[in-house]
Amino acid sequence: MRFVFTEDQRLLQDAVRDLLSKECPPGEVRSLWDDPVGRSRARWSALAEMGVIGLLVDADHGGLGMDEVDLVLLLEETGRVALPEPIVESAAVAPRLLADAAPAEVADAWLPRIAAGEAFVAVGLERSGPYVADAHLADLLLLQHGDELHALDPSAVTSVRQASVDGGRRIFSVSWTPGAATRLSSDPAALAAAADRGALAASAQMVGIADHMIEMTAAYAREREQFGKPIGSFQAVKHLMADALLKVDFARPALYRAAWSVAQRSPERPRDVSMAKAFASEAVNQAARASLQVHGAIGYTWEHDLQLWMKKGWALAATWGDAAWHRERVASWLLGPPA
Amino acid sequence: MDLTYTADEEAFRAEARAWLEAHVPAEPLASFDTAEGFEQHRAWEATLYGGRWSAVSWPVEYGGRGADYIKWLIFEEEYYRARAPGRVNQNGIFLLGPTIIEVGTPEQKARFLPRMASSQDIWSQGWSEPNAGSDLAGIRSRAALSDDGAEWVITGQKTWCSRGAFADWLFGIFRTDPGAERHRGLTFILAPLDTPGITVRPIPQLDGETGFAEVFFDEARVSVDNTLGDVNRGWQVAMAAAGFERGVSLRSPARFTETAGRLAELYRRTGSSDRRLRDQVTSAWMDAEGYRLHTYMTVSRMIEGDTIGAEASLNKIFWSEMDLRMHETALRLLGGKGELMPGAPDAVDAGDWMDGYLFSLSGPIYAGTNEIQRNIIADRVLKLPRGA
Repeated sequence: MRFVFTEDQRLLQDAVRDLLSKECPPGEVRSLWDDPVGRSRARWSALAEMGVIGLLVDADHGGLGMDEVDLVLLLEETGRVALPEPIVESAAVAPRLLADAAPAEVADAWLPRIAAGEAFVAVGLERSGPYVADAHLADLLLLQHGDELHALDPSAVTSVRQASVDGGRRIFSVSWTPGAATRLSSDPAALAAAADRGALAASAQMVGIADHMIEMTAAYAREREQFGKPIGSFQAVKHLMADALLKVDFARPALYRAAWSVAQRSPERPRDVSMAKAFASEAVNQAARASLQVHGAIGYTWEHDLQLWMKKGWALAATWGDAAWHRERVASWLLGPPA
Repeated sequence: MDLTYTADEEAFRAEARAWLEAHVPAEPLASFDTAEGFEQHRAWEATLYGGRWSAVSWPVEYGGRGADYIKWLIFEEEYYRARAPGRVNQNGIFLLGPTIIEVGTPEQKARFLPRMASSQDIWSQGWSEPNAGSDLAGIRSRAALSDDGAEWVITGQKTWCSRGAFADWLFGIFRTDPGAERHRGLTFILAPLDTPGITVRPIPQLDGETGFAEVFFDEARVSVDNTLGDVNRGWQVAMAAAGFERGVSLRSPARFTETAGRLAELYRRTGSSDRRLRDQVTSAWMDAEGYRLHTYMTVSRMIEGDTIGAEASLNKIFWSEMDLRMHETALRLLGGKGELMPGAPDAVDAGDWMDGYLFSLSGPIYAGTNEIQRNIIADRVLKLPRGA
């Protein structure tokens, strides 16, 4: 039993953090809010070159053939910078879903392109939520119909954009017609595993977002003075911040164990992922609330960057099953179905 | 990362389980906060020591097994699984013992540790004073060297001394440099409680038992050989001890996973259809599991050479508030029977839930109140400016 990451895993995390601090500064995230596409292909290519996008793709298809324990720290980093690109869907969910549930020729066609950062994949499962993220630039859409997984060409899908509170998100109502030609498989287990990978990835991003908000807010509380003192010297502020940190600190082990359970295809995967998603959702909401409160009015302005993280956090908390859904899944495991 | 147990760890678990199944008393012992129960628990500790299970993480030469932290957690899991008696010498084995191992002289280790492991000596802590609670640096009890330099002459008062009513020894910090203030000029001293000039006055607690005591010192003389660490550096020694207390050893995760399991079982037994209670029971399980995972992560880091510092305060807040919430949930599940004390004819689960609730209320207060812990986190982890 060793509940630690390897030095290599930490080094890769540091490398991704360095890359993203250069490639994904807050000003760029913000400027993309107003862009209709809202995504940077250059940044996506840089992540692909480092191996992040194809990390779960096997080596035969041009990926690194690593697992979710390797990926989870990197996803945390993408949350830390509020990365707008669809890394949850394209890098965390689509590769294994194609490998597990698509005929070999479909996987052979798409996995190398995903790993190379040349193809975006949108994923619409029952549990990912009512809308499909990034349908507007997807080269391939993987959509659920009952127990079936279908692969759709973008031309076969009609999308209507829905405005999200997070200006960096691009979510769509999609209409499409399932048919024999679009059906890849009927494999409920693969769909459930994919939904859990999505929840895991969203949780990792939320932990990174929460961590960043606490860090930026602590920095602000050290500088901002009222009554002739830094506001961080006041106990009311200290305790708000300590409570927010507590939630993140205890969300992390649950997240990492969920990554392990997914990677190991553990029978406890649903329970462990649900615990991680519930904890991370609560952590990001509490961190957002405390951060806004400590910033005060300046944090409530459009101009301030706090909203980039806060709003992404809120959106992620509600996708791939919200905290209530995941808590109920743990409850059913623990106590049986509700009376 | 490998979240499976090694064959060696599984073998250790099996050995602990078999031993505990063979030795844990079938009938619960009387409370260790009664004179009779205290001696029953001392005898149990001697049995544990006989099997070399009383201090598994200590070096073999002092009666331990040299087990790493993972094995220590495994042992704790088995201990709670077996519903074995509470640890009457927790102050010694888990708090003072590791501190002696770290800073004690070879003579002190040989003199104190085996008797501690076997509970021939049971230890009380002596941190707080009437005017030094959360503000522990306000300590006034004084220790002055005797003319020949062979003894400390101690005068003052300690209070809220856990296990103080029946313990054999007390450890605490005393002001040895009257000119120094706050954290300076304090020395960590070990005192036999039968020393002339020491008077122990038990204090009944909220639960009606005498778990703690006031200890008065009236020119009590204690050998300077009982000084732990350097003279006037007692604060540093105490903080090392408190780090153990807040961090890993005071409340092992097994205690809470066991409580959460019993709570889920209680929920099913009551047949409740209350969705809020269902969610609270689920929270209890997730929190206990979260605490377990957090601890495994912390000890894995420690095994790789990291030390735990102010993060220990996060642990202390988490377990103490979780424990309270779990017992509040249990009492809600019990409804009108929630108020029943152990011994009441209708008491559910022998009144354990109310008993546990009263005990859990002390968690956010002792070992540094949770308000102090939040300040520590803000100051040392988040690096916020110190308060005025």
